[in-house]
Amino acid sequence: MNWIPAFVAIPLGAAFLIPLIEHWIKGSSDFLTNAVTAFLMGLTLSFIHQAAQTQVYFVGGWEPAEGIPFGIALVVDGLSVLMLLVVNSIAFFATLYSVKYMARYTDKGKFFTLFMLMLAGMNGVVIAGDLFNMFVFLEITAIASYALVAFGIGSEELEASFKYQVLGGTASALVLFGIAIFYMMTKTLNFADASRVIAATGVTPALLFVSVLFLVGFGLKSALMPFHAWLPDAHPSAPAPISAMLSGVVIKVLGVYTLVRIFFNVIGIGTIPALKTVLLSLGVISMVAGAFLALGQQDMKRLLAYSSISQVGYIIFAFGLGTELGILGGLFHLMNHSVLKSLLFLNSGAVVYETESRDMEKLGGLMHKMPVTGTTSMIASLSMSGLPPLGGFFSKLIIIWASIDAGYPLLGAVAVIASIVTLAYYFKLQKEVFLGKLADAFQKAKEAPVLMCIPMICLAIISVGLGLLLLDPVREMVLTPAVHVIQGGVDYARMVLGG
Amino acid sequence: MTVFILSVILFLIGLYGVLVKRNLIKIALGFMIMEYAINLLFVLIGYRAGGTAPIFTQDVSGQIFVDPLPQALVLTAIVIGLGTTALLVSFAVRIYQKYESFDIRKIRELRG
Amino acid sequence: MKGMTVIVKKISQLMVPSIFLLGLYVVVHGHLTPGGGFAGGVLLVGCFVLQILAYGSDEVRNDLKKWRASLSESIGIVLFLFIALLGLFQGGVFFYNTIARAHPGSALDLFSAGLIPLSNLAIGIEVAAALFAIFLTLAVFRMEKHT
Repeated sequence: MNWIPAFVAIPLGAAFLIPLIEHWIKGSSDFLTNAVTAFLMGLTLSFIHQAAQTQVYFVGGWEPAEGIPFGIALVVDGLSVLMLLVVNSIAFFATLYSVKYMARYTDKGKFFTLFMLMLAGMNGVVIAGDLFNMFVFLEITAIASYALVAFGIGSEELEASFKYQVLGGTASALVLFGIAIFYMMTKTLNFADASRVIAATGVTPALLFVSVLFLVGFGLKSALMPFHAWLPDAHPSAPAPISAMLSGVVIKVLGVYTLVRIFFNVIGIGTIPALKTVLLSLGVISMVAGAFLALGQQDMKRLLAYSSISQVGYIIFAFGLGTELGILGGLFHLMNHSVLKSLLFLNSGAVVYETESRDMEKLGGLMHKMPVTGTTSMIASLSMSGLPPLGGFFSKLIIIWASIDAGYPLLGAVAVIASIVTLAYYFKLQKEVFLGKLADAFQKAKEAPVLMCIPMICLAIISVGLGLLLLDPVREMVLTPAVHVIQGGVDYARMVLGG
Repeated sequence: MTVFILSVILFLIGLYGVLVKRNLIKIALGFMIMEYAINLLFVLIGYRAGGTAPIFTQDVSGQIFVDPLPQALVLTAIVIGLGTTALLVSFAVRIYQKYESFDIRKIRELRG
Repeated sequence: MKGMTVIVKKISQLMVPSIFLLGLYVVVHGHLTPGGGFAGGVLLVGCFVLQILAYGSDEVRNDLKKWRASLSESIGIVLFLFIALLGLFQGGVFFYNTIARAHPGSALDLFSAGLIPLSNLAIGIEVAAALFAIFLTLAVFRMEKHT
């Protein structure tokens, strides 16, 4: 049996079974959600060994006729496997963490329903083989995350979510507009088929218009610098496991993955010459400005949110280089950042859980009171700011190396500067929250509950181990297939449709 | 071509509403106008002059059909739009309960 | 929320059965005529909304209605997934239209197209329930809080 549709069907089914079962058996949603996410993580792990080949699944048995697809195609290739791996493993740790953390909120069943919807949407975006389904799943994810950001229904949460909805909705509208023009131009929405049509017609004004619409739409979703206004409000307002999901996974799936899939595999990065320059400049602007804005924050979660903008800038910058080394660095940094940023947000959640405060001026000296949280946060900060031999160091090194290699030594130097600023603000975070003098108000603070510590410890171990991904046998299994998919560009069409 | 340009103008009117208006409900309205402009554009793209409903049976041949795919996608987009609008309006109502105002200038607490 | 005048009550009482019937018709004929699960579901929920608007929500228990709405919403979706799984177990592919491939039925017949009318039914239940839940949350709940 082929398990590809299970990535969407299982969380979707769970999302609607949870309110039913929770109504009769209180507290069953904890178990059900964790079982589902654990199962999905296991399922993804079983997909790793077949990452190198492209698997296509035609829903309803509608096979393509004469090389022209007309059904819904689900495609799992190297890039999809990598994204599925990131999404489902972070989701598992986030749900494990939520069991205890969300007990302080009312209506945990609804929370898990929305969480499962978000997960189903993200898995759907990653495996969708056409723009239609990608758009639908994108919207499912987005709507679920709007609701999750406002889950606390305080005034701040509602306001942040409203802002997020207005900007996210505008982004979706622009994407839909782009899809409309795209369909007028190519008469198809299937990625593989459309890429063949575009290769035949070449660059037209309509194609340029579509590219701009997609760039702005998905740029808004991934919070690149001119379009970032919603992120520093939305991500800190959400409950901690959701902040971890939003910063760690959602912006990468809705923004980075979609950009890469459409621009590299469908349109082809070489087709429009200006595209690389645009990606490079967007990346550099977000990288630098995000880092400097993070430096000025007093709110712990806001600092992490600005840091996300900066790190996504690194990823987009690396993809913009377009060389094999750059793409490798981008993917590797994507994985690193997902793990590290989720870990840091979970840490901040533990701090908020115990002290009810996110203000870095008031906090301090929590290292002795909360050793597990402090240590894991220290590891994540060090890795993120690029201290060897942790994973974050290698990914940044590869990106900087790749930019020099591709003939942009100046931009490489900018990346180094941004990395130094990163070190500065993570140092500030550590110093003002975990080190220094313990404030009187927090004398009673203690370590977070065990169920919250376990995911943090696991993520810390993974983040240390991520450096091993660069070793040859492991790299061949996980990173190389994904690099080949992106590097292959419009060869994607041949991989999916054959011929 | 004129109808395409008109629906793009409708889209821009909606965008204007979202960006300029200060009232939460008016923002939601601008949002809906934007969505429907795109839906209209999409349906128009699938239209063929003199086309009929695309139902293939044995005794139908040689007719012009309108393109069914945009219609399917637009129906889906309308459903999605319904969900987004419902969420947006319900949040506006909750914000109103907290601040007794729909004016965005009176409720702005967040920076940047 | 209070009800409206006797004229409104009477007319809505007369209207509701025909609206409900039209909704059912649109849902069941989804594979033959324009409409289908979504449009029919909207029509179906229209008669509930009309009733509540006309008679007022004073006597009906809100929490109960909301729970039933979300219950039937969940059932609708689960039914839809079940239909998809039926295809998986019978034909080996998700959403495989087993019934239509075995018994195609004649074109434009009410009993044709296999699983598609069944899916329309599931979607109709889901949409009606979801819209009813939205209506209850947005309109009735809010008005009660103020009066």
